[in-house]
Amino acid sequence: MLAVATLPDAITFAIAAVIAVVGALGVVLSRNPVHAALMLVMTLFGVAVLFVEENAQFLAAVQVIVYTGAIVVLFLFVIMLIGVDRQERVFADGFNARRALTFFLGLAVLAEVLLLAHERWVTGAHSVTGKLHGAAANVSDLGHAIFTTYLLPFEVTSALLVVAVIGAVVLARRHTAGDEPTERPVLAAGEPGSGAGEDANSPALEGAPGGSGVDR
Amino acid sequence: MSVSPTWYLVLAAVLFTVGAVGLLVRRNVLVMFMCIELMLNAANLTFVTYSRALNDVGGQSAVFFVLVVAAAEVVVGLGIIVSLFRRKFGATADDAHILKG
Repeated sequence: MLAVATLPDAITFAIAAVIAVVGALGVVLSRNPVHAALMLVMTLFGVAVLFVEENAQFLAAVQVIVYTGAIVVLFLFVIMLIGVDRQERVFADGFNARRALTFFLGLAVLAEVLLLAHERWVTGAHSVTGKLHGAAANVSDLGHAIFTTYLLPFEVTSALLVVAVIGAVVLARRHTAGDEPTERPVLAAGEPGSGAGEDANSPALEGAPGGSGVDR
Repeated sequence: MSVSPTWYLVLAAVLFTVGAVGLLVRRNVLVMFMCIELMLNAANLTFVTYSRALNDVGGQSAVFFVLVVAAAEVVVGLGIIVSLFRRKFGATADDAHILKG
């Protein structure tokens, strides 16, 4: 497998794969959400390098711009907004049955996908949608496919984005005093010490006597 | 000659598994969200790999749409998280267990 690849390709793949996997493990294992976000950037860059290796230059560029430029920044924005001081021990309550089941499930998924990943399972017809013409023509190949074969999905995408923008505005809108719900839900007795609880100008604090048994 | 698609698929499987286990193990909503992004990326890598293996532009087009949907999903999801915080839920998914039916 690796033997048929040229040495630079093999080395690039190995380094990028290690970067991606280390980043993924970092996302799962780091206690601080900010560190997790930065590790996510690492994984995304590793995958972008792999995209270049596979002659998907346009997608590599989009991956870097959209994911690390927009999505992770959005994550960091929200982390900063709701408090960065919260740390979570990943294995706080020990290795109980639920965790064991989780890891068993993970191993099962891994085994299943590895089984399917064998090369002889690539059985489909070649070049149904259109041929790929190598690195230089990647953008034109993709553009041609998107604006001809996938034109309708592309247009539907714009509707999706509009819906997402409107939904985000509605969800994150600060309620004015007039339409504040009269009865607040009983709050969950979760971990104390939420950084957001000290938000003095949060409207949810006002006019909610006894709305919470939890002192945050 | 680039590395055989098998290795890419194996790597994608590993990334997907790490993401799935992280989603189940972690309690912080934001980190769970990042794990979803990890799984989406693993799927994208699979798409691109098959696109190369079958010399078909369809796989790369699918990744393009996945990227758009992921962006929209993150916007709405983070909006939900922010509004949960407005209502004084905590940062972990357990704090929002009142949402259970």
